[in-house]
Amino acid sequence: MCTTNFAVCTTNVYLFKGIPILMKLAVLFSGGKDSTFAAYLAREQGHEISCLIAIFSENPESYMFHTPSISKVKKQAESANIPLIIQKTKGEKEVELKDLAAAIQKAKVKYGINGVVTGAVESAYQASRIQKICDSLDLDCFNPLWQKNPEEYWDDLLKNGFEIIITGVGADGMGKEWLGKKIDRKMLIKLKEIERKYRIHLSFEGGEAETFVLNCPLFTRALEICDKKIYGKQNSWTMEIEVT
Amino acid sequence: MILLIKICKIPFHYFEFVKPIEDILKKLNIEFITVHYNDLTSEMFSKVDKVIISGTSLKDNSFLDDIDKFDWIKEFDKPVLGICGGMHILGLIYDGKLKEVQEIGLNTINFNEEFFGFNGKTEVYELHNLCVESSEFNVIAISEECPQAIKHKHRLLYAVLFHPEVRNKKLIERFVKC
Repeated sequence: MCTTNFAVCTTNVYLFKGIPILMKLAVLFSGGKDSTFAAYLAREQGHEISCLIAIFSENPESYMFHTPSISKVKKQAESANIPLIIQKTKGEKEVELKDLAAAIQKAKVKYGINGVVTGAVESAYQASRIQKICDSLDLDCFNPLWQKNPEEYWDDLLKNGFEIIITGVGADGMGKEWLGKKIDRKMLIKLKEIERKYRIHLSFEGGEAETFVLNCPLFTRALEICDKKIYGKQNSWTMEIEVT
Repeated sequence: MILLIKICKIPFHYFEFVKPIEDILKKLNIEFITVHYNDLTSEMFSKVDKVIISGTSLKDNSFLDDIDKFDWIKEFDKPVLGICGGMHILGLIYDGKLKEVQEIGLNTINFNEEFFGFNGKTEVYELHNLCVESSEFNVIAISEECPQAIKHKHRLLYAVLFHPEVRNKKLIERFVKC
């Protein structure tokens, strides 16, 4: 569907001065709502998602990469029929950027991508570092969720059939009981209450929670949780899941 | 009514460079139309009170080959605010020269006088590989590298190199309200 009023738009193919503009894109993918929805928007705009890039950080405190349930992105990539590039990193501050650049370079060589998509919403730290890497590799960079209003964002996610569960919590008002909860309209009302009471960011931009997408329009089938382990302490909890 | 002009060649950039500006206008309940520069008509200019020209991505510079499509700015007598690529356009229309200067991320710049409510040291979000310098404009703010906010010496033309829709939304609010 054409969502922007550019000159010509026919069945998802955009023309600029008569030339089709379709990009081969890699999506920086963590399996959570942001990167998955960004990938969905890229496809909605008619672009090819040539591959997903997942970074496995050994540092759970990484500013760049979200770690809960990241190994399950393999199942998501399978369900979406999109090739997956996996890059491991120790997660040390600037070294992890070199590892990210290496993964993007791999995608450029292997799949001939001409752009990278991220799920960055508010983080200038994340967005600017990825912009610099893309620029140095002569790739365009797309941040389709940049500055997105949280209420509109949740509405778009739910309207488009995204099944999202909470896999990590780390904020006042969001305790262990939120782990595994699927965010539907009812749960969204509860989240908004917590937002009002504890001033959390509704899109979890302050690290209030981590999410995992079990199903969305990109997937050929929904994923199911077959095992889970919960660990953590005080107000920081993680649910490691196995999916089929 | 505000005319928001987008300059992105690739429509997917709309979400990052145009929609955040639309969201600020929506929040203020200000009527606007968003149009690509290729689709502008003279009717639109007569209907609107002010114009905002958005920016686009680092690699999306095709608008620089179409500067002649912005010649209307010289005849337009209402306020115009250019953002990043929009600043390049305003400068180039008035014989400005582009220079290669990369600034990406949060940066502190200095306003030497009041500019839509901003003055002195201010943190802004930047995303550019080029800057523009034109003797037809007064420089109102600078970074360590280049001009960051300019105002035309005789006309209601304003521009910023940084992206106010990210960390300085009030600048856009004040431009449309003043």
